[in-house]
Amino acid sequence: MFTRRHVLGAASVGTGVLAIEGLMPAWARSGPGSWPPADPHTGAHEFDLNIARTPIMVDGKQGTAVTMNGSVPGPIMRFKEGETVTIRVHNQLDESSSIHWHGILLDYRMDGVPGVSFPGIPAGETFTYRYPLKQSGTYWYHSHSGLQEQLGMYGPIVIDPRDTDPVTYDREHVIVLSDWMFKNPYHVLAKLKKQSDYLNYQQRTLGTFLSDIKKDGFSATWKDRLMWGKMRMSPADIADVTGHIYTYLMNGHGPQDNWTGLFRPGERVRLRIINAATMSYFNFRIPGLRMTVVQADGQNVEPVTIDEFQIGVTETFDVIVTPEEDRAYTIFAESMDRSSYVRGTLAPRLGMSAEVPALREPPLRSMFDMGMDMGGMDMGSTAKKPAMNMGEVDHSKMDHSKMGGMDMGGMDMSGAGPIIARHGPDHHGPGAISVAEVQRNRLGEPGTGLKDVGHKVLVYNDLKALIPYNQTPPEREVELHLTGNMERYMWSFDGKKFSEVNSPVAFKLGERLRLILVNDTMMEHPIHLHGLWMELENGHGEYLPRKHTISVKPGERVSALINVDAPGRWAFHCHLLFHMDMGMFRVVEVSPYEGEIL
Amino acid sequence: MKEKSCEKKSLIITIFATLLTAGASMAQEYPGTGAPASWKPPVDDAMIGSFFQVDRSELVMGQGTTGYLWDAQGWIGADYNKFWFKFEGEGDFDSRLEGAELQGLYSHMVSPFFDIQAGIRQDVGPGVKPTTYAVVGLQGLAPYWFEVDSTIFLSDDGDFTARVEAEYDILFTQRLIGQPRVEFNLAAQDVQQLGIGSGLSTVEMGFRLRYEFKREFAPYIGIAWQSAIGNTADFRRFAGEQVSTTSLVAGIRLWF
Repeated sequence: MFTRRHVLGAASVGTGVLAIEGLMPAWARSGPGSWPPADPHTGAHEFDLNIARTPIMVDGKQGTAVTMNGSVPGPIMRFKEGETVTIRVHNQLDESSSIHWHGILLDYRMDGVPGVSFPGIPAGETFTYRYPLKQSGTYWYHSHSGLQEQLGMYGPIVIDPRDTDPVTYDREHVIVLSDWMFKNPYHVLAKLKKQSDYLNYQQRTLGTFLSDIKKDGFSATWKDRLMWGKMRMSPADIADVTGHIYTYLMNGHGPQDNWTGLFRPGERVRLRIINAATMSYFNFRIPGLRMTVVQADGQNVEPVTIDEFQIGVTETFDVIVTPEEDRAYTIFAESMDRSSYVRGTLAPRLGMSAEVPALREPPLRSMFDMGMDMGGMDMGSTAKKPAMNMGEVDHSKMDHSKMGGMDMGGMDMSGAGPIIARHGPDHHGPGAISVAEVQRNRLGEPGTGLKDVGHKVLVYNDLKALIPYNQTPPEREVELHLTGNMERYMWSFDGKKFSEVNSPVAFKLGERLRLILVNDTMMEHPIHLHGLWMELENGHGEYLPRKHTISVKPGERVSALINVDAPGRWAFHCHLLFHMDMGMFRVVEVSPYEGEIL
Repeated sequence: MKEKSCEKKSLIITIFATLLTAGASMAQEYPGTGAPASWKPPVDDAMIGSFFQVDRSELVMGQGTTGYLWDAQGWIGADYNKFWFKFEGEGDFDSRLEGAELQGLYSHMVSPFFDIQAGIRQDVGPGVKPTTYAVVGLQGLAPYWFEVDSTIFLSDDGDFTARVEAEYDILFTQRLIGQPRVEFNLAAQDVQQLGIGSGLSTVEMGFRLRYEFKREFAPYIGIAWQSAIGNTADFRRFAGEQVSTTSLVAGIRLWF
């Protein structure tokens, strides 16, 4: 049965598509996916990974990638909780390389960050990683050297639980989303240093100015333009690197390649979705299917059924879908700025496809993203003065119906979270263009551009751990601000690039602390802490979800509790690769710890 | 006296010792990571970059004459400190190069959007008196998206002059961009040899419409008007030159 289906499927697709399938590791090919493992030993305990420069095909066009075992993405690391794995990494490049096991709890010397956990893997040499697996779930791995990750050096990790999986399913597919460029990423980064909106072809123009006047009136439009102009910021600044040069990939397949995962109608299909992109958030949906989120960042969560989610760079979501009909469904991942997309297909047979939705209108940033104090603003002549001191009121309790009559410059005031803090006097120096004067709790918001899409979109407040964790209150707080200077393409914490700081961030082994992140910039930043879980404080008490990466929205103040239980030096950074490389990077030093193995 | 020199000595020793210890500890650990300093740091945020831009390189078609003009600038350096150069000049196809000026500046980031610059300017060319200037300026992006460059010059003859330039981009589409440009030249005194009168000496205004085939490559057409004011205008009249000219321009803007 399967053989016939396979042959039929293969016969109906073009030769170009066949060519790409042959270059792919088995897990990433269009095909049946895999089934929940019945055997406790799910795979080899030892792996060899060869890092090399290899030509690859994307949507019929050839590029050169940095690959692991010859493909983009690399092979799947299918492990079992409790086993100890050995991975020999052979660096066949002419430059240093490394592999970081993203979200995996291990000895810091195995964490794979050159310059922090080890010196890197020199050209031509082999490094052996060996570590026991203390967890289960969906994760991934990638290079932490230079911009190699942008050139294709990433792959999925799936660790099956030692005990019964609380998630039941009939079949699973791993879906690795990524962004591919045919250009040299160093050249692209150099261009952004010279002109930071170099790749943004969705800017506001005279045309949008005129249409906004038509829609909102001249006065409101003019005020809006003056407000943004005064701050020298663009509301159209959603992504630094866009579909203008990116081809977005699903399991290494471009939108034309149409990666296809098979199902039998009525099956519970588990999709392990990993955002392995370097610079791209995606809006993910499967028109016609509701998705039940069962895991986030590898950690089981209370199932929540949604229609769409925005996935930050490095985040993972496992969802269950149950396609009942004998037809194809499009898996649609639209870049957050809506400059392009990648699609794949869930189908009962290979060679099928469904309607591909149109890209929606590109979103714009709002005054909430600016962290702007609306209380101090002239809100227009019709506004009643006393009601407008928004800094002092809980926004969620405001009567939004009254705001309809106000001259708000065409802004939609609904849906933003409440102000929970204000910025202090330190504006972080010239490395920071702006600060969040007012800081909001935005955990209830679905993400840029998804406020009014007419269906249920996942929000961070929906994430609730399946099992309770530590309830001990924190002993101290550490506050860090995400800062940047978009004009000069400088990124930092507290206004200081990595090269400007004099010491790591000090954590004490055994302490429990609250990490507070304030986003003073106008963009989302996926903040990743190596080696330690961050328990996102989203109001679920002992059921706070554990995250390896927290996507912090513009103008947001968010906090996480951390059990500081892993000694050593851990990287802590924005996972937008170019932001990291331009300075939004720190080291968290958990002391005391043993030194390096020399 | 003796005591003082003793104090000095011990101070020197202390400084030396501090430097040595600092040096030793630096040799052991990289400050931001706490890892061995011999390891290459994890990110490369202090990289040296460079920029070269020809903002204007154009044919200037005035009444009965065709001239040319270029206006280039660029930098080499990192975020906070750069070497910046500016090179501009103009000439006439009928006669010859009129003059060119070259500035070499140290540029330091003083605020999110502005650099303070200092250095020297050298004017050369058959049509101008070779003059060297000391230069202090402020360049950056002003509120409401105005690219601004304002500079004060002190010549080797002791004359003060100043220049303010501003440009603004109007996006008609994502690639068709209009750029109004103004330039004011001022002087603290008459500089008769250069034909400059005190106060506001010249004003230039232009509008250029470019099409960005690539961000780095954009041909343009435009119109440019310039006029001498006050004493400068008198000097020109005296020399039999036109006080103000209006020209059509066509050129290429590029950067890399």
